[in-house]
Amino acid sequence: MMEVLFYIASAVALLATGLALTRANAAHALIYLIVSLLAVAVLFFLMGAPFAAALEIVIYAGAIMVLFVFVIMMLNVGQAGVAQEREWLRGRSWIVPGIMAALLLLELILALQHAPAVTSGSMVSPKEVGLTLFGPYVLAVEIASMLLLSGLVGAYHLGRRFIVRREGRR
Amino acid sequence: MAGLQIPMEHVLMLAGLLFSCGLLGLMLRRNIIFMLMSLEVMLNASALAFVAAGARWGQADGQIIFLLILSVAAAEVAVGLGLVLQIQRRFKTLDMDQARRLRG
Repeated sequence: MMEVLFYIASAVALLATGLALTRANAAHALIYLIVSLLAVAVLFFLMGAPFAAALEIVIYAGAIMVLFVFVIMMLNVGQAGVAQEREWLRGRSWIVPGIMAALLLLELILALQHAPAVTSGSMVSPKEVGLTLFGPYVLAVEIASMLLLSGLVGAYHLGRRFIVRREGRR
Repeated sequence: MAGLQIPMEHVLMLAGLLFSCGLLGLMLRRNIIFMLMSLEVMLNASALAFVAAGARWGQADGQIIFLLILSVAAAEVAVGLGLVLQIQRRFKTLDMDQARRLRG
């Protein structure tokens, strides 16, 4: 009976993603994307991964999407940008990408046909995740920290020139 | 709540559908902000597949790969949005077709 929740959340995730990627207004698309991420967090929770669900909300729907919101506010594209976006979305630009994505999806679905299995139904507790993360996977934690450091340095480098030149022009 | 018993092919099919949505968006859009959003959708779909695989065996490994994907997404968005600001300042547009020369 509870399995119905899974399918409802999947439908919400798919619908919100489809709407997000076809909007002309970036702010509206962002809100739909947040709804989609929340639906995926519900899926994680239902599959017995509460830690992943919490991180999905806190980091994806929280931190990363807020970063998008700030950039959209800084760019201040406005009504002209929305009209141009609507122009780009119209007509024949859909055909080739649509066919290619549909073909890849079809292949994936055909490949998945012969994999009868069911999720275990047991919950993986945050404690277990933490013990595994800092046990056998501690090298991956180090690599992720180096990745985040390089991301920080790159973002600072790109953003600093933006701020300095803006001030110099005044 | 302990977690549900869901057929794996349904979860993987959902992940595939989300991934194709992201791929379609990436090929369709010309605005760099929407391209970054599509990349987020694709990363999220692959994370869903990993968590489903972890739930299949009741092991924590899937969630650990989810954590790594999360950090990759965070780093990618930070650098990507910095590039968005640079492109907007330099070309006065978000059209990716305008930004095709390496030396602005």
